[in-house]
Amino acid sequence: MRRALGSLALAALAAGAWELYKALAPDEGVSVAGVRFLPRSDDQAMPHLWTVLARLGQPELRGGAPIWEVLLSACLTTLGIVAVGLLAGVVVGGLLAVLMQRFGFAERGLLPYVVLSQTVPLVALAPAIAGWGGAIMPQWGTVSVIAAYLAFFPVAVGLLRGLQSPTPEALELMDSYSASWWATLVKLRLPASLPYLFPALKLAGAAAVVGAVVGEISTGTRGGIGRLVIEYSREATTDPAKVYTAMLGAALLGLTVTGLLTLAQRLAARGATP
Amino acid sequence: MIELSGVTKVFNAGRPGEVTAIAAADLSVAAGEFVSLIGPSGCGKSTLLRLIADLAPPTTGSVTVAGKPASAARKDRSYGMVFQKAGLFDWRTVQRNVELPLELRGVGKGERRRRAAAMLDLVGLAEFAGHYPAQLSGGMQQRVSIARALADGPPLLLMDEPFGALDEMTRERLQGELLRICDETGTTVVFVTHSIDEAVFLSDRVAVMTARPGRLTEIVPVSLGARTEEVRQSPEFFAAVTEVRRALRGPSVPVQAEQK
Amino acid sequence: MRARALAAPVIVGVAALLAWEVFVRVGRVAPFVLPAPSAIFQEFLRSFDVIVRTGSASGMNVLVGLVAGTLLALGAALLASRFGLLGEVSAPVVAAANALPIIALAPILNNMFESTSSIPRRAIVALVVFFPIFLNTLRGLREVDPTHTELMDSYAASPWAFNRLVRLPGAAPFFFTGLRQASSLGVIAAVVSEYFGGLQNGLGSRITAAASNTAYPRAWAFVVGACALGLLFYAAALLLERLATPWRRASS
Repeated sequence: MRRALGSLALAALAAGAWELYKALAPDEGVSVAGVRFLPRSDDQAMPHLWTVLARLGQPELRGGAPIWEVLLSACLTTLGIVAVGLLAGVVVGGLLAVLMQRFGFAERGLLPYVVLSQTVPLVALAPAIAGWGGAIMPQWGTVSVIAAYLAFFPVAVGLLRGLQSPTPEALELMDSYSASWWATLVKLRLPASLPYLFPALKLAGAAAVVGAVVGEISTGTRGGIGRLVIEYSREATTDPAKVYTAMLGAALLGLTVTGLLTLAQRLAARGATP
Repeated sequence: MIELSGVTKVFNAGRPGEVTAIAAADLSVAAGEFVSLIGPSGCGKSTLLRLIADLAPPTTGSVTVAGKPASAARKDRSYGMVFQKAGLFDWRTVQRNVELPLELRGVGKGERRRRAAAMLDLVGLAEFAGHYPAQLSGGMQQRVSIARALADGPPLLLMDEPFGALDEMTRERLQGELLRICDETGTTVVFVTHSIDEAVFLSDRVAVMTARPGRLTEIVPVSLGARTEEVRQSPEFFAAVTEVRRALRGPSVPVQAEQK
Repeated sequence: MRARALAAPVIVGVAALLAWEVFVRVGRVAPFVLPAPSAIFQEFLRSFDVIVRTGSASGMNVLVGLVAGTLLALGAALLASRFGLLGEVSAPVVAAANALPIIALAPILNNMFESTSSIPRRAIVALVVFFPIFLNTLRGLREVDPTHTELMDSYAASPWAFNRLVRLPGAAPFFFTGLRQASSLGVIAAVVSEYFGGLQNGLGSRITAAASNTAYPRAWAFVVGACALGLLFYAAALLLERLATPWRRASS
C-alpha cells in the first residue's frame, strides 16, 4: 500500500517536473556554443500532459476512430507478435539450456556465444532480415524472429543456472536410485529450476517487447505499436501530442507483458503450494 | 574488568511476541581472566555478549566494562570483537583488514603497517599479508579476524563462537594459539561457545546458562594449570567436563528444553 | 588449460561458419535471406574505412551517453539507499520503467533537441544504461553483511566511515555487473536509435541504407562492425571491473 502510494507520488512528481520545466525553461532550450544541452520546452517539443491525454480521445485522422482505439488495437497486434517471439525464444532458449546441461562440450562450446550474443547489437540485423517477410514467412514473422532473438538469452542462461542448481547431495540421491538422466531432469532439475525460470521469463518478456518495437520500425511492418511511434513522430510538427500518445501505448504494452508474466508466476506458485 | 549486575534483556517489551532473552544476570570478570559463556541454543549467551559489547542495550541493570559504562567503553575501543563469521572485508588485503580499527582511530600509515605486521606475526600469518580473504581457508580467516580484534591493543577480547564453523582439528589448533596469544598480551577474554570441551580447555571459569528464560545458573571454576595439548587427556580435564555437563543438565532444566 | 578452454568455442564457431557457408552455397540461398559469410567478409574488408568512421561516430555516442547515464544512476542509487522510502518507492518504478521499450523515445528526443545533433542519441543511451546501473548499485548498497554492521558498531564508527569503508566497496561488484550490462545495452541503443531518424552518421544508418538498397552482404558487414563495437565496450567494462575489484579474481 505504502509502496503503491509512493510510486504514484513519484509518478506525480515526474509529471510535475515536466510541467515545471515547461513553465520555467526557455522555449528554445539552453544551448552552449551552438549545442543544445537542455531540451526545447515549447508546445511542439513538450506538449502539456493534459493535451496528450485529451489527444487520446480525439480521432486519429479527421473523422477516424479515436486514438485510444487505434492504440489499443496496435498494442494487441504487437502483443501477438511478442507472444509468438517469446514462445519461440523460450523454446529455443530452453532447448539450448537442456543441451548445455546435458553435454559439457555443448556448454563450453555454446555458452561463450550465448553470452557474446548479448554483448553485440545483433538486433541491428533487423533491417537486414526485413527481406524475409513475404519470401519465407509473413512480414510479422520477421518481427517475431527479432523478438525471439532478444528473448532467448535470459531463458537459456537462467534455465541453465536453474538446471545446475540441485545440490550434489540431491543428485547423488537420484544416482542412488539409478534414475535415468531423463528422470533426473523431470523430477529434480526442472522443478529446481522454476525459481530461476520466472525472473528469466520477465527479462525475456521485456526484451521481446523492445525487439518487436525495433523490429516493426526497421522492417516496416504495419499495424503494430512500433510502427505507430514512427508514423506519429513524422507528424510531430503539426500534431505534437500524437507521438506522445504512441509512447503511452508502447509503455502500456511493456507493462502488460510484464504484468501477464507476473500473473503467470503467481499462478504457478499457487499451483505448487496447495 | 567486567561488572554485570541485575542485567535483564527483554525483546519486544510490552508488545505481542515479548521474549525474555536474559533474566537477571550477575557476573564479574577480573582482568586477565578467561571466562566462557556456555549453554544450549537460545539461552541468550550471544545476547549477553552483545550487552557487554554495547551492541544492544540491557532492559534493566548495569553493565560496566573497564571501569566505565559499556557505551563509553565501546567509544573508547576498550574491547576487540571476534564474530562467528570472520567478517573480513573481501575488498581489502589481509594486512589492510587488520589495519581497519587503527585506521578508524586515525593512526598514521607507518604505525598502522608496523602494528598490523606485528599482529599478523602473532597469529602466524605474516606471509599472507598481501593476500585477499577469499584466498584463505576458514581457519586462517578467523585468525586474521583475531589479529584485527587485537590490533588496537584492547584490554578485552569478546568472542562469539569464533571457532563454531571450523573443523575439529583446526579448532583445537586455534584454541592453543588463542591461549598463547592471551598469555603474550595479557588480554581478558569472554568467550561464547556451545562446546563443553572448548569451554573447559580455554577457561579459568565457565559460566553456565540455561534457556527459556536465559539465566546464568552456575559458574564452574576450572583449574588445570598450564594448558598443553596433554591436558586434554588428563583426569582433571574430564572431571571439569563432567562438572560443566552436570551444571548444564542441572535440576532446573526440564527435559522438554531439548526439543526445539 | 587456457588452450583447452578455448578449444570448444573455437571448434563450434568454425563449424557453424562452415555449415553456414555450405548451406548458403549448396542451397543457393538468396542473399536477401542469408548472405554467405565469405560475401559478408569481403564486404567488411571493402567497407572497412566507412565502418571505422561510422563506428567511431556511434562509439562516441555510446561513450558520452554511458558516462552521463552512469553518473546519474550512481547519484540516484546513493540517494535512494540513503532515504529508505525513496528507495522503496523507486525500485518498483524503475523496474516498471525497465519493462518499457525506452528506445521508442528516440523520435521524441529528436524533437526536443535538434534532430541534426548527436544529443538525442546520447540521451537515449544515457536513459537506457541508467536502469541496470541504478538497480544493481542500489541492491549492492542495501546488501550489507550483518557481521560487518556489528563490527563497525563495535568500533563506534561514524555513519560516514561506515559508508566509505563498508557500503561503497561492498556495492562495487554490483555496480560493475550493472555497468557490464549497460555497456552492451548502450551500444545497442546507440545503433538502433538511428533507425528512428535523426542524424545519419553512425553504423545504424548505414545498415538501413544498405538494406534498403538490397545490398544485404553490406548490411551484414555493418552489423559485424556493430558487433565489434559491442565487444569493444563490453571488454572495456570487463577490464575496468578487473582493475577496480582485484579481490574478486583472487578467490582460491
